[in-house]
Amino acid sequence: MRFKTVTSPHSIPSHDVAGIMRQVLYALVPGTLAAIWYFGWGILINLIIAVAVAVAAEAAMLAVRGRPVRMYVSDLSAVVTAWLLVLCLPPLVPWWLTLVGVAFAIVVAKHLYGGLGYNPFNPAMVGYVVLLVSFPTYMTQWRPPEMLADTELGLWQSLQIVLTGELPGTMGWDAITMATPLDRVKTGLGMNQTLSEIRASPLFGDFGGRGWEWLGNWFFLGGLWLIYQRVIAWQIPVAVLGSLIATATVFFLANPDSYPSPAFHVFSGGAILGAFFVATDPISASTTPMGRLIYGAGIGVITYVIRAWGGYPDGVAFAVLLMNMAAPLIDQYTQPRVFGQGHRRS
Amino acid sequence: MVDHPHKLWRFHGGLHLEAHKDISTGEPVHIMRVPRHVVLPLRQHIGEAAEPQVSIGERVDKGQVIARGSGYISSPVHASTSGTVVAIEDRLAPHPSGLSVPSIVIETDGRDHWADCSRTAMPDYAGVEPAVIRSRVREAGIVGLGGAAFPTAVKLNPRPGQQIDTVILNGAECEPYITCDDMLMREQPAEILEGLRIIRHALQARRCLIGIEDNKPEAYQALCKALGDEEADGIRIVQVPTIYPAGGEKQLIKVLTGQEVPSQGLPSDIGIVCQNVGTAASIYRAVVHGQPMVSRVVTVTGNGVRRPRNLEVLLGTPIRELIADCGGYSQDPQRLIMGGPMMGFALHTDEVPAVKGTNCILVADSDEVSEPRPAMPCIRCGACTEACPANLLPQQLYWHARSKDFDKAQDYSLFDCIECGCCAYVCPSNLPLVQYYRFAKTEIWKQERDRQKADLARQRYELRLERKEREEREKAERHARKKSAVKQAPDSDKKQQIEAARERARQRKAARAPESEGGEEDDPEHKAGTG
Repeated sequence: MRFKTVTSPHSIPSHDVAGIMRQVLYALVPGTLAAIWYFGWGILINLIIAVAVAVAAEAAMLAVRGRPVRMYVSDLSAVVTAWLLVLCLPPLVPWWLTLVGVAFAIVVAKHLYGGLGYNPFNPAMVGYVVLLVSFPTYMTQWRPPEMLADTELGLWQSLQIVLTGELPGTMGWDAITMATPLDRVKTGLGMNQTLSEIRASPLFGDFGGRGWEWLGNWFFLGGLWLIYQRVIAWQIPVAVLGSLIATATVFFLANPDSYPSPAFHVFSGGAILGAFFVATDPISASTTPMGRLIYGAGIGVITYVIRAWGGYPDGVAFAVLLMNMAAPLIDQYTQPRVFGQGHRRS
Repeated sequence: MVDHPHKLWRFHGGLHLEAHKDISTGEPVHIMRVPRHVVLPLRQHIGEAAEPQVSIGERVDKGQVIARGSGYISSPVHASTSGTVVAIEDRLAPHPSGLSVPSIVIETDGRDHWADCSRTAMPDYAGVEPAVIRSRVREAGIVGLGGAAFPTAVKLNPRPGQQIDTVILNGAECEPYITCDDMLMREQPAEILEGLRIIRHALQARRCLIGIEDNKPEAYQALCKALGDEEADGIRIVQVPTIYPAGGEKQLIKVLTGQEVPSQGLPSDIGIVCQNVGTAASIYRAVVHGQPMVSRVVTVTGNGVRRPRNLEVLLGTPIRELIADCGGYSQDPQRLIMGGPMMGFALHTDEVPAVKGTNCILVADSDEVSEPRPAMPCIRCGACTEACPANLLPQQLYWHARSKDFDKAQDYSLFDCIECGCCAYVCPSNLPLVQYYRFAKTEIWKQERDRQKADLARQRYELRLERKEREEREKAERHARKKSAVKQAPDSDKKQQIEAARERARQRKAARAPESEGGEEDDPEHKAGTG
């Protein structure tokens, strides 16, 4: 009898790319539901638009590049990119803004660099930063969290705002938007208020902003599940949050009136989402165990520096992109000691 | 009981794989009937092929040498049963290349008649010189039975100045499906232990460790029972955690002793020799009973075969007959693998013989193996890095192997890769990583050979140039010597002659007319110059 020959190993492989992406999406679900709960239907609408645009852009680029469309689209990596980008966007941005961001992420940041596996920068963060520097006004129009909102916005009204850019009835933008806690801190400190004065605002909860801190908790849970499932390495989130906490602690202890507490830093903005879901994007991150610690620590420190002294209220996206650039160099100098070899020269 | 547990270390990475071992351990080892023909390849081991010592038509007895080892790293081949040599020709061998190799074919007579082994038996091996035991092991054709088939006598011969402290018997059998060592340990523990004592004596080693994965409690208990305890007589039987590839030589040494075999080095460099349990049993038979290696236990398993079990197989028996002896193929045999599912190689036909290195025949169905899935791009997830038992960066090796940047691949310690397949198993992008590493290694060896060839050619050319130059120089020197010899050594004679000639000329000149002046004077000079 004759048989086909293939090389070892013969066992059926234990993982596949689509499976990994699917698990990342599952892990995002609780945090996303919380985001919809606290910040309204706009998040869901953006998500649908973003995923549709991402899949379309991915398929188009694959077709142009002559790659098997079905195989690559079904790896779900474009969906993950779109999903992460939406979680960074204010809930009521116009539809075309989402389109521009997602399309830029997929077309430029991903496919022009060679597609899945070859992009040096995290596509979602590239898309987000492009929007942030190009359309700063839209990008700061955050909804207040559910418990602070004076005006209810239903699904229909949210859809109307997103699609037409017009507010229903007599509402003004001021009535339906509010600064984020990080924004409030930045402007407050800029006006020489002390942190205790700033934190008197109802915007703030126990650790970070009200609503925001709960969002953080849900993403945190999703992230822990990903570590448990061994989809992401523990080193990166631990290093990101660890270094952010360490840096914040130093300045907080030195001057608690001007520098918010470490807990505030962790539970505000994109720290937790970034630590577990963005910085851990394997393609653009460092890959050695030691390198991942350095890479993550760099993100934490740069995030803090931008938040404390930079021009933007949050710095996670910039920090990730800056460390993306450093990842190949970090990998080069953090090769593990090979079995049977003395400590490696690098 | 031993109150102090043996301290264990761990190696980086590794995998928890489904064992699939119990499907072939339900029955005791079945002694297979003598097949009609046995095909004995002359190279069943690492090293030089053996040289035939028999001719076609010759009758041979079981255990008779039919091919002699040639060179230090080589091994003889023995008739695995009695019969008549009917062919000495190239036959398909169980090798990844699928090529044919020179083989001796014996038509069996069914009597399975042993040659006289009493002369070579050494029941009192303890009084025998280690060198004698080594040559017995060599003559018995014993090679490592764990799969690599490296001539055992070489491993029993440490380099000058090397002291072997520890002998490790490898009973880990970490790869899924394979149970031949397990069954051997259950059924012949005393032979294994005696073989171990022979190895210890041959190496003059101090202590012995037997490592068994903890998913084989029956084997462990059988050995303990045969030894009397888990530690006695300088021998210690240790259960090690079941993590693939704990049975890799370097990994098992690390787990049992905490020591790492140096990169590109051998276990003997750190005073350790590691042998498979099956090899130990063969050594016992070779030394105590004088019997060469003519059979081995082979696991025939997988969903693709009807009655999976272990067989005691005469070397050279066609795989086809092993399958038939296990009830034949079931409905859906997809792949025929020699070895295990992680490191074994796929055979394209069952018309090849079982050889010394054949530990397992795995007939996998479509639930157990899949068609290779299309490879996706590497997403740098690092799962391979976490799984690698050599602590390499498989993903970097992949990039460099793929771009044929072999220097860089060597910088990333390509040759420390043991090809265990962990990286490819966990790779979500289905990259055939091990294949890339094998490709890179083969290319580097090829380049090395080419370079050596080129070096040789250049050397030859340079030598020729040098020789020519030397010849030219010598010729020139010879000329110069002759010239100066003509000029100097007979100088006085010549000058006298010349003087005499001149004298004569002057006299003639003086006597006769002055017109002939000068002509005769030049001549001798000219002759000397061209002489």
